[in-house]
Amino acid sequence: MRKLFTCAVLGLMMLPQLAFAAGGGGSAVVIVADTRKTTGWEAWFANLYNDSHLYFALLTVVAIPIIGVVFGVAADFIMHHIGLDLKSRDLAEH
Amino acid sequence: MDFFYMLMPISGVTIFWPGLIILGIGVGIIGGFFGMGGAWMVTPGLNILGFPMAFAIGTDIAHMAGKSLVSTMRHGKFGNVDYKLGIVMLVGTIVGFEIGAQMIMWFERIGKVELYVRWLYVGLLTFIAWMVFHDVAKRKEKERAAKAAGQEIDKLATGIEWHKTIHKIKIPPMMHFNQAGFTCSIWAPVFVSFMTGWLAGILGIGGGLIRMPALIYFIGCPTHVAVGTDLFEVMISGLYGAGTYTYKGRTELVAAVIMLIGAAMGAQVGTVATKYIKGYGIRIAFGIAVLGCMASIIMKLLPRYIDGIKAFMDDLSTATVLIVVSSLSLYIFVKMLQGARREIAMKNGKA
Repeated sequence: MRKLFTCAVLGLMMLPQLAFAAGGGGSAVVIVADTRKTTGWEAWFANLYNDSHLYFALLTVVAIPIIGVVFGVAADFIMHHIGLDLKSRDLAEH
Repeated sequence: MDFFYMLMPISGVTIFWPGLIILGIGVGIIGGFFGMGGAWMVTPGLNILGFPMAFAIGTDIAHMAGKSLVSTMRHGKFGNVDYKLGIVMLVGTIVGFEIGAQMIMWFERIGKVELYVRWLYVGLLTFIAWMVFHDVAKRKEKERAAKAAGQEIDKLATGIEWHKTIHKIKIPPMMHFNQAGFTCSIWAPVFVSFMTGWLAGILGIGGGLIRMPALIYFIGCPTHVAVGTDLFEVMISGLYGAGTYTYKGRTELVAAVIMLIGAAMGAQVGTVATKYIKGYGIRIAFGIAVLGCMASIIMKLLPRYIDGIKAFMDDLSTATVLIVVSSLSLYIFVKMLQGARREIAMKNGKA
């Protein structure tokens, strides 16, 4: 039963490929960052974007969770310092 | 004054960056409280700041991924995230979303995409708003009936009970969901998430606005668990969306990071506020948010039928969304402060 369930789930996950058989839209417009106005880290950033969207995407996927967690933990720290219980809540009704 | 304006290296525009932080805080509070990503709130906000629309969706999704991660971690500590339910629903959501996205391409080919999508959105939001307020009204009716009989209403009683019918479906495999607190056929959440994913794919939204009420009214999750579990899904779809939109060159990462600074802190405030507000309080506030979103879309549709009002309606639509976002985030923030004060006073009293 478990094997059957696993196969069914994997099969469902492959369905989008069938949907794509309907054909996609046209190719996307390419945007190029203008590096003439940028210096320092901004220039590095813009050049990374222009040179490789893949590396830029990897940077995004790594940086966003890290930055989110850092500032979330900072807010956590402030609230804990104030004296709030951040680990539990009373059982609430609907 | 120059200090408050920053050059965005990818899009090449100069943006008032404190505005991005304020927008992030407001959207973060609402997102952490209701369990949604908030694309419908962010786009008008970015429009006002002069942000290029080509980058709006990708930038929003990138910041949403980080904000949802923070909220999910916090809701998880409160016991609000049913990870098993979230993963099961992810399967249906992905499949439904891709089929919805393909249908959009069909609408594009027949040249009717904007009209159909907007009216579908209005119809859907009307249904969701009706569902929420009908549920509140029915529960109040039950409360009055219980009082008339000299009894207290069961704290876990709800107005709408459609989920009970869905739980009666016994197609195996059956699965128990610990945090949500029920057992049902696995096909129920898969089907519900397929439908919500399909609608999200057609409407081009993250789906939190649809999935949160679906978790409550069709799956039967308690409100807080619906919020937390929905955020878990938004986090996963947000990370995927951030990667794919950035790969297509549609993310202004600097703006996303600035918004995320505000949103990460706002999300903590919104999440902690759910400790102090009852489930039905969250539902009513959600209903108001849905009405605000619906009003802004109707304003964008009216110029199709009435000439000469497009510019005015566009501004009014943006103002409506920003007023709803500001009022709701202020309400949630004040409730959080009041609840925090009570909690600290009780702790000091005990000590």
